[in-house]
Amino acid sequence: MNFSEVFKLSSLLCKFSPDGKYLASCVQYRLVVRDVNTLQILQLYTCLDQIQHIEWSADSLFILCAMYKRGLVQVWSLEQPEWHCKIDEGSAGLVASCWSPDGRHILNTTEFHLRITVWSLCTKSVSYIKYPKACLQGIAFTRDGRYMALAERRDCKDYVSIFVCSDWQLLRHFDTDTQDLTGIEWAPNGCVLAVWDSCLEYKILLYSLDGRLLSAYSAYEWSLGIKSVAWSPSSQFLAVGSYDGKVRILNHVTWKMITEFGHPATINNPKIVVYKEAEKSPQLGLGCLSFPPPGAGAGPLPSSESKYEIASVPVSLQTLKPVTDRANPKIGIGMLAFSPDSYFLATRNDNIPNAVWVWDIQKLRLFAVLEQLSPVRTFQWDPQQPRLAICTGGSRLYLWSPAGCMSVQVPGEGDFAVLSLCWHLSGDSMALLSKDHVCLCFLETEASVSTACRQLGGHT
Amino acid sequence: MSPSSLYSQQVLCSSIPLSKNVHSFFSAFCTEDNIEQSISYLDQELTTFGFPSLYEESKGKETKRELNIVAVLNCMNELLVLQRKNLLAQENVETQNLKLGSDMDHLQSCYSKLKEQLETSRREMIGLQERDRQLQCKNRNLHQLLKNEKDEVQKLQNIIASRATQYNHDMKRKEREYNKLKERLHQLVMNKKDKKIAMDILNYVGRADGKRGSWRTGKTEARNEDEMYKILLNDYEYRQKQILMENAELKKVLQQMKKEMISLLSPQKKKPRERVDDSTGTVISDVEEDAGELSRESMWDLSCETVREQLTNSIRKQWRILKSHVEKLDNQVSKVHLEGFNDEDVISRQDHEQETEKLELEIQQCKEMIKTQQQLLQQQLATACDDDTTSLLRDCYLLEEKERLKEEWSLFKEQKKNFERERRSFTEAAIRLGLERKAFEEERASWLKQQFLNMTTFDHQNSENVKLFSAFSGSSDRDNLIVHSRQPQKKPHNVSNGSPVCMSKLTKSLPASPSTSDFCQTRSCVSEHSSINVLNMTPEEIKPNQVGGECTNQKWSVASRPGSQEGCYSGCSLTYTNSHVEKDDLP
Repeated sequence: MNFSEVFKLSSLLCKFSPDGKYLASCVQYRLVVRDVNTLQILQLYTCLDQIQHIEWSADSLFILCAMYKRGLVQVWSLEQPEWHCKIDEGSAGLVASCWSPDGRHILNTTEFHLRITVWSLCTKSVSYIKYPKACLQGIAFTRDGRYMALAERRDCKDYVSIFVCSDWQLLRHFDTDTQDLTGIEWAPNGCVLAVWDSCLEYKILLYSLDGRLLSAYSAYEWSLGIKSVAWSPSSQFLAVGSYDGKVRILNHVTWKMITEFGHPATINNPKIVVYKEAEKSPQLGLGCLSFPPPGAGAGPLPSSESKYEIASVPVSLQTLKPVTDRANPKIGIGMLAFSPDSYFLATRNDNIPNAVWVWDIQKLRLFAVLEQLSPVRTFQWDPQQPRLAICTGGSRLYLWSPAGCMSVQVPGEGDFAVLSLCWHLSGDSMALLSKDHVCLCFLETEASVSTACRQLGGHT
Repeated sequence: MSPSSLYSQQVLCSSIPLSKNVHSFFSAFCTEDNIEQSISYLDQELTTFGFPSLYEESKGKETKRELNIVAVLNCMNELLVLQRKNLLAQENVETQNLKLGSDMDHLQSCYSKLKEQLETSRREMIGLQERDRQLQCKNRNLHQLLKNEKDEVQKLQNIIASRATQYNHDMKRKEREYNKLKERLHQLVMNKKDKKIAMDILNYVGRADGKRGSWRTGKTEARNEDEMYKILLNDYEYRQKQILMENAELKKVLQQMKKEMISLLSPQKKKPRERVDDSTGTVISDVEEDAGELSRESMWDLSCETVREQLTNSIRKQWRILKSHVEKLDNQVSKVHLEGFNDEDVISRQDHEQETEKLELEIQQCKEMIKTQQQLLQQQLATACDDDTTSLLRDCYLLEEKERLKEEWSLFKEQKKNFERERRSFTEAAIRLGLERKAFEEERASWLKQQFLNMTTFDHQNSENVKLFSAFSGSSDRDNLIVHSRQPQKKPHNVSNGSPVCMSKLTKSLPASPSTSDFCQTRSCVSEHSSINVLNMTPEEIKPNQVGGECTNQKWSVASRPGSQEGCYSGCSLTYTNSHVEKDDLP
């Protein structure tokens, strides 16, 4: 495993282009585009203010940089560096900006969710969509980029509008049976839309592309409901994580629950491998130990090494006692992600923040549990194979695959606290983001390992 | 009634008061003065009691009657006897009285005890009743509590619901206000010609697909609809195809299962009349018809609905038959298994261990013997080397002897080697026996199964069924063949040591697998004898006749062992030892 030198970065803004050739990163008001292989700077654009959001267009030709504070969006072309485009939302303000899938339209959401402005880069035309709902996940595009679903709120009722992205024509408009819609998500095949209610009520609705209600599911009443939702890449399963610390898997035929994955704090089943991150004391002289560096309590010592140990069952995981009298309690399944081949599901229970649970979807059972020394910040699956990268805000990167687990220290002077990471399309490298640096990590093309993994995946 | 008996009765009745005042009576009754009166009184009294008179028989009326002393004494004696009798009776009565008294006491105590018991049990009962009442009370309370709790839950739920509705209502109100504000803001911000809201672009770029944007018309709308439905249709088609494929796979599996079941169960139909219960027979015939129909029609082309019922029904039937069949077989096997443990022809592990122990002991003995002989030889050699002069004289003898001893030595070495080999082979054989035993049990199970099948199979009218020869019967025949052919192959070490003739004899004469174990037994005992004999024999002694004699002895010793195949044992042992000795002779 190799690491590149570190580059400066601000606000964790760093993204690979969709075609995997470029890496865009932001430093204050500058946008830097590098070649992924050579890491040489290809383009350098200067924006009018500090960039708060960047996004590549789907064809990797344009990058939009949003400066919400000033209500500005600047678009840069990779092919024509001199080309520029600036969109000013004026006094309406700007809270979100995104590309349409065709890469020729920009959707800007104004402050207070008054409307969504669709700016075209091809024509002068500007379209407005009124009544967008202010919610977590209000816009969803199908994977083929043909349709957009938009959550709306009119007259105290939730609606979903489905637009054809090619000409922004309203295709369907229907009200949903939700109290307070929180999120929408297309199935990867683009035929089913999952709509879920706010956490006050456990309710998930499934709509067909033509607006028919296919099914509604509710696991329980009264207590806090859905926290996270994920489709399997095969569109076969819908995983719903909720505040009761369980993941429920719905199937795509009857839309009924197939199974329920609980996340208990103790693991008794001897079949489940529990990887426990253990810290090896640093091999330093005694003199060095007398003055521990400040802030050592927050994370592992940078000088110490860590490795995984296979814990013998029963294992009890560290739990966080949730504060129930506060809003948004740290309980329930906050993160869940399917592996690209749909064989595995990774989850995190927010009141066991140090653990990542990996579930075998073919056998519908727990496969492995990783317990880290510090709370898991993010995890992301390798887009090519069942390999999970995890970061905990420390200076280490953790990788899990069915074959095993490993922890890698990010080299470099000082502590490179990995706050976020994103995989390259090919799965050969990933960008590790710290507060103000980015570093690329190149994984050896371990042909043998990867084939072994695939074989394992095939057998399981 | 005699007067005496009457008297005795009277005495008995009056005995207690009499005894009390006997003394005073005697002291005051008679004095010097009233002898006559007392005598007469006594006489009167005694006569009234039936005693003979105290006076002599008067001769004349006036003459004074004389006192008859003899009569008096007789009377006295009689009275004393009576007195004694009375005393005895009194004693008896008293003891009886005592006994009765104690009995009475005992009964009284019993009575009081029982009374107490009754009391306590009554009290207990009352206590229990009280407890029961209390528990019931508690239960009632708990029920009440539960009800209260339920009510509480209901109430809380209602409260939550009402709060939720209130909250929703408030939210709605707020949202409306918010919407109004939004609307107002919208008007203020958007309607005023905001110069700032603009896009500043160098030049417009082409569309990603290279086409020009089209106007929105009814046509495009229709096209979009079409496309949407096309996508949906494609998805459904894809799913249908998948389901069809899955269905086809499942059908295939079902069909195959059915076929296999039919082929498996068909030999059962050979003898339907032999079976007492005809029910299974009819079922089978039904199945047969079904199978015929279904096989004629091509299953795959039919939609599931028409075939489904037939298929599932037939499979269910067959499955039931198969299940009962397998259960029966299981029962049999378990029975056989139980019997098998007690069977004689299966050698237990203990026997094995004993045998191996014995063999080891034997080998040890042989070794020791060899050692002593070695020592003896060495001593002889040493003495021979000591004095050369005498040796010179006996040189010729010695040389001869040396030669002989050398020969012997080599012989012993050979024998030692043989013993080592034998030992190894025995341990191997023990291991192998374990395996073979297992195999035998399996074989037996299969054999029984086969037997059973043969028993239950019946001729069927359809010639077709005969062709459908069962997997069971076919395989079992083959199995038997294999069993026979396998036997000699299994023990190459045996063949190397013993004579192949004997081996073949054994395998032929004995039923399939017990032969191995028996053979082992025979071999062990044979080797025991033969080895000792061979060791004891000096080279001069090794003569075929003597060996033959020895062998006959052996034969008897072997035959005396408990076993059914004595003849075989002896024959085997004979041939074996002969061959062995001949081998030894060769060098």
